[in-house]
Amino acid sequence: MNAKKYGKIAYDGLITNNATFKLVLGTCATLGMSTSAVNSFGMGLSVTVVLLLSNVIISLLRKIIPNTVRIPAYIVIIATMVTLLRMVLEKYIPDLYDSMGVFLPLIVVNCVILGRAEAFASKNPVLDSAIDGVATGLGLTFALTIIGIIREFLGSGSFFGMQVMDFRIGFFTNSAGAFFVYGICIALFVLITGQVDKARRAKHARALRVPSHEEPLPAPDETTAEEVK
Amino acid sequence: MATTILLIVVSAVFSQNFILVKFLGICPFLGVSKKVNSAFSMGIAVTLVMVLATLVTWPLYFYIMAPLNIEYLEIIFFIFVIAALVQMLEKIIAKLSPALYRSMGIYLPLITTNCAILGVAELLLVNDLSGVVSGIEAGISMNLGFALLYALCAGIGFTLAMVLMGGVREKMEKLPVAKCMKGFPITMVAAAFMAMAFYVFSLL
Repeated sequence: MNAKKYGKIAYDGLITNNATFKLVLGTCATLGMSTSAVNSFGMGLSVTVVLLLSNVIISLLRKIIPNTVRIPAYIVIIATMVTLLRMVLEKYIPDLYDSMGVFLPLIVVNCVILGRAEAFASKNPVLDSAIDGVATGLGLTFALTIIGIIREFLGSGSFFGMQVMDFRIGFFTNSAGAFFVYGICIALFVLITGQVDKARRAKHARALRVPSHEEPLPAPDETTAEEVK
Repeated sequence: MATTILLIVVSAVFSQNFILVKFLGICPFLGVSKKVNSAFSMGIAVTLVMVLATLVTWPLYFYIMAPLNIEYLEIIFFIFVIAALVQMLEKIIAKLSPALYRSMGIYLPLITTNCAILGVAELLLVNDLSGVVSGIEAGISMNLGFALLYALCAGIGFTLAMVLMGGVREKMEKLPVAKCMKGFPITMVAAAFMAMAFYVFSLL
């Protein structure tokens, strides 16, 4: 029972409510950091760490923080986590610290983190919030890395820094390419998840139709169905 | 002196445009750009908060936090300053001009979590002007005047991109677009073509 619930939280964070492709949140970091696969992977993991820590702390404090000042309280918690992350990265992974530049402090105003704090961690127990944080973070990392791989491959012919082919299309390394690749990726993701969802619903309906004809069709996953329409 | 100012203006408004080149403030760019009017109001509100935030955060960092060696707290301090400023501005505008508040006030709370504001405050924390403005010779030290000018021009660049996008989207609404491209994807692709136009400025 519990495993099923946690599985649903994880699936929601990774696919159904994928922060980058479905909700289109935290776009600045996605566009700015996806110049190479390594950069976008590092950015994704940094956001995941902050998301996990802030979700756990906010969930622990959810009965203590007064409702009227909850947003400033969340922002202070998130800002503290980002400050800690910044110190750790500066000391141990200076390469990533340098390449992230201004986008590292800007994790504070990444809407994904505040969004999860407000929508999930403030209402749910600690373990659920931790799983939600990790799932949402990994969904974001996955999306960012895909965009990073595409842009790095088309822009400089390499894959995670290794030279694979000998060509470069400058368009994909500059800002126009970022918007273009991101837009196409969202469209493909919506198309694919829509098809998968439709196939699953059809299978479900067929399985139900055999035992009884009066059985109403099962309600599809609401958010996904709406997004696809 | 005149060349320096001109370089700051051109760089902040066009060649290093906050939205289309630096990718800061994309959320309002995608969210509030359906109509030219609302895009313009949002742009003006952001410009106002940008300049005021720089006016507070720049001296705060260099004259208070740096002597006390608490630079590492900058993120927490800055976000507080911006949140307080936005809240104050909202109250002041509501009191002084209800008409302006109705057209602009609804966008103000959104600005607290706008990366462009925190971004401009963080970017300006350099000792040399060449750290912010590309194509300028090194050796010109940063001061509050340049910082404010840069913030103002960044805001103007932001407003320009918002208004252009608003115009494009008003036209785009009437076009038949493939189902999976509706909404965000087609907006992103349109933004890509605008970014190409702005990219040309950085080649000059």
